[in-house]
Amino acid sequence: MSDTPKKVLLDPLVNNNPIALQILGICSALAVTTALNTAIIMSIALTFVVAFSNLFISLIRNHIPSSIRIIVQMTIIASLVIVVDQVLQAFAYDLSKKLSVFVGLIITNCIVMGRAEAFAMKNGPVMSFMDGIGNGLGYSLILIVVGSIRELFGAGSLLGYKVLPLASEGGWYVPNGMMLLPPSAFFIIGLFIWLVRSFKKDQLEAPDYKIQHSHNEAT
Amino acid sequence: MEALISLFVRAVFIENLALAFFLGMCTFLAVSKKISTALGLGIAVIVVQVITVPANNLIYAFFLKSGALSWAGLSDTDLTFLVFISFIGVIAAIVQILEMVLDRFFPALYNALGVFLPLITVNCAILGGSLFMVERDYNFAESVTYGVGSGVGWALAITALAGIREKLKYSDVPDGLQGLGITFITVGLMSLGFMAFSGIQL
Repeated sequence: MSDTPKKVLLDPLVNNNPIALQILGICSALAVTTALNTAIIMSIALTFVVAFSNLFISLIRNHIPSSIRIIVQMTIIASLVIVVDQVLQAFAYDLSKKLSVFVGLIITNCIVMGRAEAFAMKNGPVMSFMDGIGNGLGYSLILIVVGSIRELFGAGSLLGYKVLPLASEGGWYVPNGMMLLPPSAFFIIGLFIWLVRSFKKDQLEAPDYKIQHSHNEAT
Repeated sequence: MEALISLFVRAVFIENLALAFFLGMCTFLAVSKKISTALGLGIAVIVVQVITVPANNLIYAFFLKSGALSWAGLSDTDLTFLVFISFIGVIAAIVQILEMVLDRFFPALYNALGVFLPLITVNCAILGGSLFMVERDYNFAESVTYGVGSGVGWALAITALAGIREKLKYSDVPDGLQGLGITFITVGLMSLGFMAFSGIQL
């Protein structure tokens, strides 16, 4: 591939977004978005892991025997995740408790494995690093959008600061409790995909069956 | 015994791995187009979950937990930071061994599970189950129950979703929602349904 670094970096943001189009890494995207600050921390953690795992795997890609490449990739990714987890526990203990198992689950996040397998094994270190950052940012974009919507409408605040005054505290906004529950995450991402695909017609999926209008009706 | 049954019911319905914790979503959405394949994957997940959660429980209790190495004379060694790397290694190894055993002794089952077995290594429901086991401090009996329960819950969710999607493909969906979009909405509604179980007290 002869893509420019800029294209590799910016393409995953909208045109080839890892969550909306490639269906990768959805698990954590849904779980950590009840508040904006957890979403941001998770975005930073994942961008770090995917960028550096791409970099390291790309550096040693010519020395990995292909029969054990999955194990090698897993080991590199798991080591990076351990670093992230230890740093979080040291400097942001409350947040790391809130994220609970989801930091560990970055290991099995399909974005990391998917980019390592699809991009880093075939490209040079600099491009792979860029690709990692790009995909991390694409993931972050969705996380931050979903996180802001859920925190704003579910708790009336952003990053803990009151934005909409709550009715229970003398304001006018009655918080929508469902926004903090799991189902709303599915709805928001579903609608987000609808929005993106309304503007990017080439991302539409062809239906399995087309509904035919009957002749009587048509005439 | 009663506590174990309650744990099982909770793992299947109330704390369903797929619908309440969003684990294993990638495969959940990708492999739920047909009931038969969804059921095959569901069974594979149950089998792997039943073996890996207790196995990881033993490894955690006897090697990694703080003070767990006291039987070897190292009473204040804390290896908990190795949890991720050892669990993922155990899962990858067990999936590999299971694949070879099934291939050798149960070829019919091996063919039925087919491509799904290797996929399971990267299924976050498996690693998530083991990590929840550590976080909630389950003992061995509880971890067996939790392994069965969470596996069954995941299989139930994916089979139900596949059933809905098989019917859904005949309906007239707006262009932009076609495929992934409408699947998300469907899963959201299913998750809403499963939330009704959360009022159950055992």
